[in-house]
Amino acid sequence: MRKVAIYGKGGIGKSTTTQNTVAGLVEMGRKVMVVGCDPKADSTRLLLGGLAQKSVLDTLRTEGEDVELEDIRKGGFCGSICVESGGPEPGVGCAGRGIITSINLLEQLGAYADSEALDYVFYDVLGDVVCGGFAMPIREGKAEEIYIVCSGEMMAMYAANNISKGILKFAENGKVRLGGLICNSRKVDNEREMIEAFAKKLGTQMIHFVPRDNMVQRAEINRKTVIEFDPACNQASEYRALAKAIEGNDNFVIPTPLSTDELEKTLMDYGLMD
Amino acid sequence: MAPEITPLPIAPEAAATEAKATIDKMLKAYPAKTARKRAKQLLVNDPEAIPQIGANTRTIPGIMTQRGCTYAGCRGVVIGPISDILHITHGPIGCGYYSWLTRRNLVRPRHAGDTNYLQYAMSTDMMEEQIIFGGEKKLRQAIREAFDIFHPKAISIYSTCPVGLIGDDVHAVAREMKEELGINVFAFSCEGYKGVSQSAGHHIANNGVFKHMIGRLDEGDKAEFNINLLGEYNIGGDAWAIDEVLRKCGIHVTATLSGDVTYDQVCKAHTVDLNTVMCHRSINYMAEMMEKKYGIPWIKVNFVGAEATAKSLRKIAAFFESKKLTDRVEEVIAEGMAKLKPVRDAVTARCKGKKAALFVGGSRAHSYQHLFADIGMETIAAGYEFAHRDDYEGRAVLPTIKVDADSRNIEEITVEQDPVRYNPRKTPEQTKALEEGGFSFKDYTGMMSEMKKNALVIDDISHHEIEKLIELRHPDIICSGIKDKFIIEKMGIPCKQLHSYDYGGPYTAFEGAANFYQEIDRMLHTKVWKYVVPSWMKEPQLQATPIYNPKEPKPKAAAPAPVRKPEAGGEAIPE
Repeated sequence: MRKVAIYGKGGIGKSTTTQNTVAGLVEMGRKVMVVGCDPKADSTRLLLGGLAQKSVLDTLRTEGEDVELEDIRKGGFCGSICVESGGPEPGVGCAGRGIITSINLLEQLGAYADSEALDYVFYDVLGDVVCGGFAMPIREGKAEEIYIVCSGEMMAMYAANNISKGILKFAENGKVRLGGLICNSRKVDNEREMIEAFAKKLGTQMIHFVPRDNMVQRAEINRKTVIEFDPACNQASEYRALAKAIEGNDNFVIPTPLSTDELEKTLMDYGLMD
Repeated sequence: MAPEITPLPIAPEAAATEAKATIDKMLKAYPAKTARKRAKQLLVNDPEAIPQIGANTRTIPGIMTQRGCTYAGCRGVVIGPISDILHITHGPIGCGYYSWLTRRNLVRPRHAGDTNYLQYAMSTDMMEEQIIFGGEKKLRQAIREAFDIFHPKAISIYSTCPVGLIGDDVHAVAREMKEELGINVFAFSCEGYKGVSQSAGHHIANNGVFKHMIGRLDEGDKAEFNINLLGEYNIGGDAWAIDEVLRKCGIHVTATLSGDVTYDQVCKAHTVDLNTVMCHRSINYMAEMMEKKYGIPWIKVNFVGAEATAKSLRKIAAFFESKKLTDRVEEVIAEGMAKLKPVRDAVTARCKGKKAALFVGGSRAHSYQHLFADIGMETIAAGYEFAHRDDYEGRAVLPTIKVDADSRNIEEITVEQDPVRYNPRKTPEQTKALEEGGFSFKDYTGMMSEMKKNALVIDDISHHEIEKLIELRHPDIICSGIKDKFIIEKMGIPCKQLHSYDYGGPYTAFEGAANFYQEIDRMLHTKVWKYVVPSWMKEPQLQATPIYNPKEPKPKAAAPAPVRKPEAGGEAIPE
C-alpha cells in the first residue's frame, strides 16, 4: 500500500486535485482510500457525488467508544473509499488533535489492514503544516510520499517551501519523502518554467502541470470529478496523466528547502517576463 | 527578651570563605552555562550590602525544582481557601484532584448551616472530545449542574493548560452564566504554563479577586479597629490563632485573604481602615490596588514567632494612635509571653545553637526564621521557591526590577481612585507625623536584611543543592515542602513541611509559637533517624555510573556506598 499525503497552501486546489487524481487511479483499477484531514469535512464531496459524509469525529462523539469501520467509511466513485476526519467548528477546540485522534481510530479499526487490500491511501491535509496535528500524517509514518500542490503565485510557492521544511524535519527520522510538486496552474507568467526550476531547487520534480480549465468548475458544481463528469474532455486526460505519473513515480527525496532570499530570487528570475 | 544566638565558632572571614566554598561545591556539578545561571541565585548574605539575587527567573531544565504552576498559585493558594465559593477547575481531572485541600486550609462554620464547599473537588473533567471540539459547552453544563445542586453565592472557574491551548473563552462563559443564574460567576486565565512559577498565579488571582469581589458590599462591620489580614491562608489554623490574639486586643478582622473566609467577607474588605500583609509575595498586589482605589494604607506584619507577633501588634496599635488599644496590646503581649515562657525556656535550653535551613514559599522561608530565633536557633541557609527580588532584598529595589517577558505575560491592571468609595484613612499630616515617629507603611525590607552575614541565600533550590548543603553544612533541621521532604529525611535530617505543616499547626501568634517550639524540639531530639540504618547503607543495592560527565569520557566504576555509623543502641554495622 502506498501512503500518500497532499499538502499545499489553502485554496490552491488540494481537495479537487486529490479527488480527480484518485478518480484517475480507481479508473485504472486501483483500490484507493481517501482520508480528508480538514475540519470542514469537504475533501470527498466529489467522489461521493455530494453526499454528506458523517465524519470520524462526529461518529465518535455520538456513538462513544462503540464505532464500527462501516460507520465512518463510505463508497464513492468507481469503488473509491472515502473517510472524513472532521473536527470542531471554526474558532473552537483543537482541529490538530482531532486529526491525530481520527487517524489513530482508523488504524485501530483496521482501515489499513492487509485484508483491505488497499493500493493507496491518500491524506488530503488542510492548508499549511500549522501545528503538530496537521503534521500527523507525515510525522508518524502514516504517509510516506508527499505531493505539494502549488502554483506560480508567490504565496503558494512560499507555502510549498514551508511544507518542505516540515517534511525535512520528519524525513530525517522517518520514511517520509517528497514525491514532487503538482502545479495547479493559475496562469501566471512563465509558470511551468518557474515551478520546474523551483522543484529542481527543492531537489524534486514537477510531477505534472495541470492546466487551468473551466471544466473543473463545471464538474464541481455538478458534484463530480472531471473524470466522472466528462470522461472524454481534455482536463480528464490531464488528471489521468497525473494519476499515471504518481503510479509510476520513483523519485522520492528529502527536500532541500530554500532560504527566503533564494525563493524570492527564483521568482525574480522567472516571474518577470519583461 | 531578645533571643540569644550562639555565635559561630569560626571567625567572620573564615565563615565567608566557607559559605563561598559551599556554593562553589554546589555549582561544580553543573554544566558551565547552568552554573553561570545558578550562580546568580546562590548568594552569600551581607545584610549591610545586600547582593542582587536572580529571583523569579526561569528554572533551568533538569534542575529538580520545588516550584509549582500558575494554576496551583491561583486556584490552590490564593482563591481556593474561600469557603463558600464553588471552585470549578476547567480541565482534565488531575489538576482538580491534586489541588484539592492539599494545603490544609482549615475552615469552621461560624453559624449553624454555614456553607463550606472546600470538601468538594469540582472539575469539568475535560476529555479528548472537549479538547477537539472545545470545552465551553461542558463548562456551561458543569456550572449549571453545580448551581442546581448547591445554589452557591458565587462560582469561580480556573483554566488549566489545555484550556489555554484550545482557546476556550472562559470569561465569556462566566459572563453568560452570571446573567443566566443571577449569581456572581467569574473566571481566571491561570493556565499552568504562564509565568516561571506559581507566583504568576498569585498575581492573576489578586487581579480577579479585586475585579470581581472586593467592593461589592458597602456595608462594613461595625468595629473601632477594623483591619484585613492579607496573605494568611489558615493552614493548620494559623488565621484562627492570629484572630484570637487580635480579638483579645479589640482588633476586628473583616476579611482574611483568604484563610477561613467567606465570599461576603471578601466583598466588604474595602470597608476596613488598615490592610495588614502577612505573605508579601502572594498578596502585595491586592494591598497596593486597595490603597490606590479605596485609600486603605497597608503595613507588613508577621505573626510567625513570639517576638514578631509582639512587634506586629504594637505596629497595628501605633497605626490607630489609640492609647486604649496600645495599653490593651501590651497586656495581651505580656500575657501571651508569660504563658509562653516556660515552654520557650525549656525548648531553648535544648535547641539553642542548633542550625536550621528553610527553603519554602515566598514568605515562609523568612517569617519562620523568627520562630527559630525565638528558641535560640540560627538559620544558616534560606531561600524562597517563587519569590521575587523585593522579597529577598526589600521593597526598596522595586524600581530597579527589570520586567522580563515572562512577567509581561501576566495582566497588570490599572487602578484608579474610586469616585465614591475612595477615602484616605489618614490625612497627609497624620501620615507624616506617624512616619516621623518611626512608623513605616508598606515596609517590607526582605529576607536578606534580617539574615546573618555569611548565611547562604539560595533561590529555587534544587535537590542536588539540598544534598550538598546537608553534606557540607550539617543543618539540624530543614523546613521545606513535600517535593524534597523525603530526600532530606532519607539523609537522616528531620524535615518540617511548611506548606501543609504535615499534620501540625497552628504555628502563628503565641499559641502557635508554643506548638512550633515543641514540634521542633521533638523533631530535633527524636532518635528515630539515628536508629534506622536502611539496607542500602549496609550494602549497595544498585551499581550506577553517571551518563553525563563531559570531563571524564570513560565512566569510572561506582564508588562504594558510604557506611553510616549507628549511634549507641542502633544496629552495629561492620565497616
